[in-house]
Amino acid sequence: MTLPIVMVDNLTRRFGDFVAVDHVSFEINQGEVVGYLGPNGSGKTTTIRMLLGLLQPSEGQALVLGYDAFRETEQVRARAGYMSQKFALYDDLTVWENLSFYGGVYGVRERGRIASTLAQVGLTGHEDDLTKALSAGWRQRLALGIALVHQPRLLFLDEPTSGVDPTARRAFWDLIYELAESGVTVFVTTHYMDEAEYCERVGVMRGGRLLAMDTPANLKRQIVKGEIWEVYAQPLEAGLEALARTENVQRVSLAGDNLRAITQNGLTANRLKSRLEALGLSVAEVRRGEPTLEDVFVTLAKD
Amino acid sequence: MNSRLISIIRKEFIQILRDPRTLGIILVIPIVQLFLLGYSATSDVRNIPLAVFDQSQSPEARALLDAFRAADYFRIDYAVNSQEEIAVLIESGKARAGMIIPPDYANRIARGDAQVAFILDGSDPTSASTALSAAQLIGQAHATDILQEKIARSGMPFELKPPVEVRTRVWYNPDLVSAYFMIPGVIGMILFAITSILTATAIVRERERGTIEQLIVTPIRSWELVIGKITPYALLAFLDTLEVLAIGHWWFGIPIRSPLSLILALSGLLLLSGLGIGLFASTIANTQQEAMLTVWMTLLPAIFLSGFFFPLEAMPKILQVVSYIVPLRYYLVIIRSLLLKGVGVAAIQNEIIALALFGIFIMGAAALRFRKRLD
Amino acid sequence: MQYLIHATNLKKSFGGNRAVDGIDLSVAPGEIYGLVGADGAGKTTTLRLLVGALRLDEGQASVCGYDILRQTEQARAQTGYLSQRFSLYEDLTVLENIRFFAEVRGLTSKEWLPRCLEILDFVGLAEFRDRPAGQLSGGMKQKMGLASALVTRPRVLLLDEPTTGVDPVTRQDFWQLVIKLVSTPLRLPPNSENLGGEKEGGQVSVIITTPYMDEAARCHRVGFMKGGRIIAEGTPGELRATLTGRILELRGQPLNLLRHLAAGDEDVEDVQAFGDRLHLRLRQGSAGQVLKRLPQRIKSGGGTLSDLRQVPPVLEDVFIALTE
Repeated sequence: MTLPIVMVDNLTRRFGDFVAVDHVSFEINQGEVVGYLGPNGSGKTTTIRMLLGLLQPSEGQALVLGYDAFRETEQVRARAGYMSQKFALYDDLTVWENLSFYGGVYGVRERGRIASTLAQVGLTGHEDDLTKALSAGWRQRLALGIALVHQPRLLFLDEPTSGVDPTARRAFWDLIYELAESGVTVFVTTHYMDEAEYCERVGVMRGGRLLAMDTPANLKRQIVKGEIWEVYAQPLEAGLEALARTENVQRVSLAGDNLRAITQNGLTANRLKSRLEALGLSVAEVRRGEPTLEDVFVTLAKD
Repeated sequence: MNSRLISIIRKEFIQILRDPRTLGIILVIPIVQLFLLGYSATSDVRNIPLAVFDQSQSPEARALLDAFRAADYFRIDYAVNSQEEIAVLIESGKARAGMIIPPDYANRIARGDAQVAFILDGSDPTSASTALSAAQLIGQAHATDILQEKIARSGMPFELKPPVEVRTRVWYNPDLVSAYFMIPGVIGMILFAITSILTATAIVRERERGTIEQLIVTPIRSWELVIGKITPYALLAFLDTLEVLAIGHWWFGIPIRSPLSLILALSGLLLLSGLGIGLFASTIANTQQEAMLTVWMTLLPAIFLSGFFFPLEAMPKILQVVSYIVPLRYYLVIIRSLLLKGVGVAAIQNEIIALALFGIFIMGAAALRFRKRLD
Repeated sequence: MQYLIHATNLKKSFGGNRAVDGIDLSVAPGEIYGLVGADGAGKTTTLRLLVGALRLDEGQASVCGYDILRQTEQARAQTGYLSQRFSLYEDLTVLENIRFFAEVRGLTSKEWLPRCLEILDFVGLAEFRDRPAGQLSGGMKQKMGLASALVTRPRVLLLDEPTTGVDPVTRQDFWQLVIKLVSTPLRLPPNSENLGGEKEGGQVSVIITTPYMDEAARCHRVGFMKGGRIIAEGTPGELRATLTGRILELRGQPLNLLRHLAAGDEDVEDVQAFGDRLHLRLRQGSAGQVLKRLPQRIKSGGGTLSDLRQVPPVLEDVFIALTE
């Protein structure tokens, strides 16, 4: 049995009175794609920065690729790839110059390696494009190429898809899966609830605490107790209030043109419908919904 | 040489070359500053506008005025008809000096007790004192001429000679041209300002763009990052030095009395201080504006306390003491000595040691603060 | 229908870059319209054109019937705008902040206090009115931003990515406020300077931009933006209907093999991995055949299929299908 690639134990970081990361513990195994889901300011970036020795922890320990993340920082950095939130690119350099610069810094000087990294992220043919002229999606790929140029076994991606359109996002996730197939372990943060679905395991962060970490399916099964209904009723606001006051409705929220209710104890579609109609609302349809990671997040946040 | 260092230097050069506007500014600004300071920051007094109230209108009075015209210290801009007009002209700044020749000037010359009144605007003491002594000199010389003429006319067979004559000789800058004093100063100032500002902003720019974070996680060492980032700018600063020296020499006629290699080597010592201050500022500042401000805050007092504009000897004791921690102070002594005097290293060894110590100290302090971490 | 926001053929270039390239927009009273797209798609520029912060190159736009070029001030008086990085003064209290925004928008000393209290009550910040804004939580700051945009009681509200990177709990609260805003007619008479002849109790129109597809589903109508154009528009239901029956979910082992087998099927247009499962997009009308054919192919290819079924499409599927 191989040791986990990343072992984090009670990791804590304070900035003055503010606890950015609060006693977080988790493990990541070889070849896994692990997501770290949370809104801005929940401690995702601070966690990654500590694992790369960019910030010192206030408490706790972390072992990355078998090295102490805080005392053997350079060993970790030489073997791990990192793509920071801001996409660390030089806008006034071309694609090729950016990549070969970072390559040179890692001691990778063969043109072949630079070219194959470009091919890996799908930028072949754009070598001479000036970076500032690239679209968000292509900048993202170049930033990934920079993180991959020294062929790391472990990849830290900090919000790699923010600001990128859904098509580019999906293409990016395809790339991540290809990397995972080749044995690279990936740790990726995101604030997109739907994107976390792509990960094999997801950690849910809020206010610096890791609330849960498991496969998306397990999280939904174990955390979202009850049945989910999509209620198409008019007027929506009255429906929202009525359902919120209904017994056995655990939670109700607005979901665009419908209401989303989580119910317990066998409160069925027909009973929901008749309850609303009794209050004078018109109900077009009540249909079963699937739990989402947002439901997981909101449920966890309430406890 | 190591590949990481080369990568950084190459990247930095590409970035510099790809931004021709900034490169242009770096190369052109020193020239502009040199011309500006070479011509404007001069304490030479020339062409002071003079208003004359000539009540005598005699050939004797015209002879006096000719004497004033002949020396180019004054320019007779106004011939007025009352004392009040002189007052008005000086108050309005149109004239800086006034002369009143009394109606009986010619008669009095004949009697040997002529007087003229000379009025001077003393609001700029430097030029006023020069003008004052110039006026006195011109007057005395003119008086001697008149006396000599009188004696010649009286047929006496001897020449008039003052009993004592002080023969002055000015070394290094015989014509007392201010440019000789200013231009070495400009070289020092430009070198110092450009290196410190460029170093600070170049490093802080990486922080602003977030690229520093990516660099930190690479195996690059702090010293490689620092040396790699500042080398191109140090080279540019040397280029500026040569440029300013060349223009100073061929346009302003500044002598270069020491070997160029020595001048460049000792200028390198000043670069060390400039780079160190820039680097230090970059460890404090988070944005390029902050870096600029931090550097300017140290640059301005450094320039004033360097003896660039005002002689240190004239400053209060306390400021003289403070000036000992200003690297530019030592460099100005060094560069003026090298250019104007052509002295050897021995004569300026104290300044060289002081400059080197400062450079090593500030570089060391900056390097200690410069960490491969974000907090 | 009388639209509160009506724009035709909006165009705006920066240098040679066409940021907005011919957009038509009509938003009715009581409607929440979502502009959805990536960074650089032109969402923010569109809002800035409508609010009069940028000048149109071409096209026409009106807000509450006022032409934004010729009657800019009247149009602005009807518009509330919450910019992406809305700024609040951290050292002023909530009430002082709102007062500032009220006064710069021209509310008199008599008007601003009741108006501020009313709006703080609406967003649920009444009890925090004396707290310095710097000490508010992220969600409360969000609501304060909304309050400052609403204090002049605008008929048109333009919100630029108000929920990006925000906690889902906060997002939910924020959306409830927006929905409450459009579903309740204005209770008080319009601004003294709003003498545009509109009726009391009119409803508000909202345009909201967002990069989140799940958020787009909460809007009444959605416009997908890409490259400065709106490439598709409709209610979330209409947009999803274009793909109904064309999305399959597949579970089984080993995922990689299944992926290649599925991608090899002639009727599968796109395969996407979602952790432990795959989503397939099919050619129109081919679901029946694929559901029959694919299990056999997986079996003979050496994989194990545990589940293959149709799932309802989400807006992201629609966007991707449109942009590929």
